[in-house]
Amino acid sequence: MSTLPRRLGVAVIVAVIVGYLSIRLNAFRDFQIAQIAVEVTAVAGLTVLTGLSGQISLGHAAFMAVGGYTTALLLLHLAWPFYAVLVVAAAVTAVAGAVVGAAAARLRGPYLAGATLMLGVAVPAAIAYAWPATFGGDQGLNITFTTPAFLGVNFPPTRWQAWVATLVALIVLVLLANLDRSRIGRNWRAVRDDDVAAALDGINVAAARIRAFVVSATCAGLAGALLAIVSLGVGPGDFTLTVSIALLTAAVIGGLGTLPGALWGSLVIVLLPTYVTDVATSHGLSSTVGSNIPPAAYGAVLIIVMLLFPQGIQGGLRRLLSLLISLFFGPDQKSRTWHTATPHVTPSADEASAGQHEKEGTS
Amino acid sequence: MKRSQRLRWQVTAIASVAALGVAACSSSSSSPSSTSTSSSTAPLTASAPGITPTTITIGSHQPLTGPAAPGYDEIAPASTAYFDYVNAHGGVYGRKIIYKYLNDAYDPTTTTSVVRQLVLQDNVYAIFNGLGTPTHLAVVGFLNSEKVPDVFVASGCDCWDNPTTYPETFGWQLDYIREGKILGQYVAQNFKGKKIAYFYQDDEFGMDGVKGLEDEIPASQVVAKESYVDTNVNIAPQVAALRASGAQVVVSFSIPAFTALLKLNSLKLGFNPQLVVSNVGADPITLSGLLEAYAKQGGATVNGNQLTQGIITDGYLPALSTSDPWYNLFVKIHNQYDAKEPLDGNFFYGMAAAYTFVEAMFKAGRNPTRADLVSAINAGLPQGPFVAPPAYSSTDHDGATGAYIGEIENGVIVQKGPVMTTDTTSTGAVTQYTGSTQSPPASGVPSP
Repeated sequence: MSTLPRRLGVAVIVAVIVGYLSIRLNAFRDFQIAQIAVEVTAVAGLTVLTGLSGQISLGHAAFMAVGGYTTALLLLHLAWPFYAVLVVAAAVTAVAGAVVGAAAARLRGPYLAGATLMLGVAVPAAIAYAWPATFGGDQGLNITFTTPAFLGVNFPPTRWQAWVATLVALIVLVLLANLDRSRIGRNWRAVRDDDVAAALDGINVAAARIRAFVVSATCAGLAGALLAIVSLGVGPGDFTLTVSIALLTAAVIGGLGTLPGALWGSLVIVLLPTYVTDVATSHGLSSTVGSNIPPAAYGAVLIIVMLLFPQGIQGGLRRLLSLLISLFFGPDQKSRTWHTATPHVTPSADEASAGQHEKEGTS
Repeated sequence: MKRSQRLRWQVTAIASVAALGVAACSSSSSSPSSTSTSSSTAPLTASAPGITPTTITIGSHQPLTGPAAPGYDEIAPASTAYFDYVNAHGGVYGRKIIYKYLNDAYDPTTTTSVVRQLVLQDNVYAIFNGLGTPTHLAVVGFLNSEKVPDVFVASGCDCWDNPTTYPETFGWQLDYIREGKILGQYVAQNFKGKKIAYFYQDDEFGMDGVKGLEDEIPASQVVAKESYVDTNVNIAPQVAALRASGAQVVVSFSIPAFTALLKLNSLKLGFNPQLVVSNVGADPITLSGLLEAYAKQGGATVNGNQLTQGIITDGYLPALSTSDPWYNLFVKIHNQYDAKEPLDGNFFYGMAAAYTFVEAMFKAGRNPTRADLVSAINAGLPQGPFVAPPAYSSTDHDGATGAYIGEIENGVIVQKGPVMTTDTTSTGAVTQYTGSTQSPPASGVPSP
């Protein structure tokens, strides 16, 4: 299988493009690149949890908070190098994910949604008010994140943050993509589609569910760690319920269960508000009208995407592509078109249905 | 298979380039202008980011939508009106002030983003009057690490007075600890033996206020403490608990929307305690509008002014009255530049904060750097519209230090006592202010 080199190749290309953009664009765009990378890291984890293993989480920002506060505390008190901090933050969140996952494995649908919702509300509040001396209360913890010396003193800090965040996001995406195609990923799908059948096939359903929670929480923890260095601190306000919901929204808009979808969703969530505000103000709208346009646009995008592409942007792109292919190569390309490969698959037909197609093509 | 693989490659590449290209197109690569100076007659130079020979660009984050928008969304337009007036009357050393404020919807995550946009992309000289405690907390570290003057934060959190950690940050309005102490002293003296309850926003804003109240009100009199979060408008359980406690006086540290909800929920339960409300949540015009709007949503009709009647609050700016010269000046400017907005406490607040900023800019000098503005404020500012002088010094970054007790009568706050001043320590006494107020300059623009 040439999958791994191929994925690494794509990751390298994306890294080069991001690197180029970060040099060409201004510091605020660098910040936005970093924001997108943070969002992608968390959304990719959530899309695996919800799209592949079929568990919903309305409180993923809680895991981001765990990762973020771990990072801030380690950087503040022990001044560890960031890569070591990342590893510890991931490990701590993985443990948190295992604990929550063990409880979540017993719950389903609305009950699981309710439990994770509670988690999402409780964790930031607990962090802020239970141990204000350790976690800095409402003000949170401020950290510094310096650019390495070899880049020179004039290297913009936001560019360095964008690079670090993008690198971590890409590593996470490559690892998740591999996990997705592995036995673990297949087990998740089996559990999602029919847990009784999966159990009959000898899959340990509870273990598969907990594993998905651990993986997903770890991604959220890494995203929290990145957020800490990007916004130079953590506070309870960074991990509100709104953030949890935004993650889920991004996963759904992008295409639930697909990793490229995590990127599309994150792009929409991060760039749409600024872009729409810029357009609104440049057209001389009054601030009262202008400031109401981004939420309206957000809602409109949500509705349009769900109406036109129920499988999210990734699903839409895939359909568009198959349409183009059938236009250019004629409708008789049945064995080759991607369109036919997708319909019987649930939203998780990932990676531009690459796997599905390969299976069908080779068989 | 080969073909489809190649196609996937191309698609991935094209899609990535296209998506990132969109990001690229929407950006403008601005860089801080650094024009060289040829000094002979002290010409105006681009002495700092955001300052050109003809303009000063400043930025802010404001809640133009969301839970804190009602009322507070009038502040920035009022400040803009004052800046427009200054610009039309010679500007600051000839430079015009451009005030760019972005909506953060009172959501800290959004604040993080819009403030970076202002600083990193729009290169503003300073952040002025950024509104909200939880929101501004999300950016105070960033602004200080970037050495951007963070002046006159529109929040009374005591957190802005931290010159060692946050040398660039200055408060402006009366901080909530001082305010809590002044209100607390009044309550302790005037409601002896009554049962008292606290209602407060569950963050630094509410907790600072409660801290001040606790310094003055005996704990034995307090029968309940209920808090709310600004994202949940269902406060019926808290109000029921307040009622059950038998409280006769409820002291509320709430934003206007939640003061209105407190009043309406109490009304529904037939619970009618004496309300004592922090200045930020007691603007009568905003409140009465909110009360009428919320009641209408619930299918009822109420008279807003009737409901706000008798609410006790405090004021660190003069009461809105035609006998006050500041009020007359600001109304004149309002009618010319901002006539759409109501003449309420928010309009006065926005104008007064803008006045203080212009004062500080004049003191910062003809070609100021960012550090010059900070030193100018550290050297102290005149009293301006405040009823008691601001505390500004290199060791104290608090603004107003005193306030009078007021009561809402027929939709306006009427001053009910002398101006009281105090400090933020738990032992500092609340004493009567003996100085007087200042009058605005005839031109309406502070002089250098």
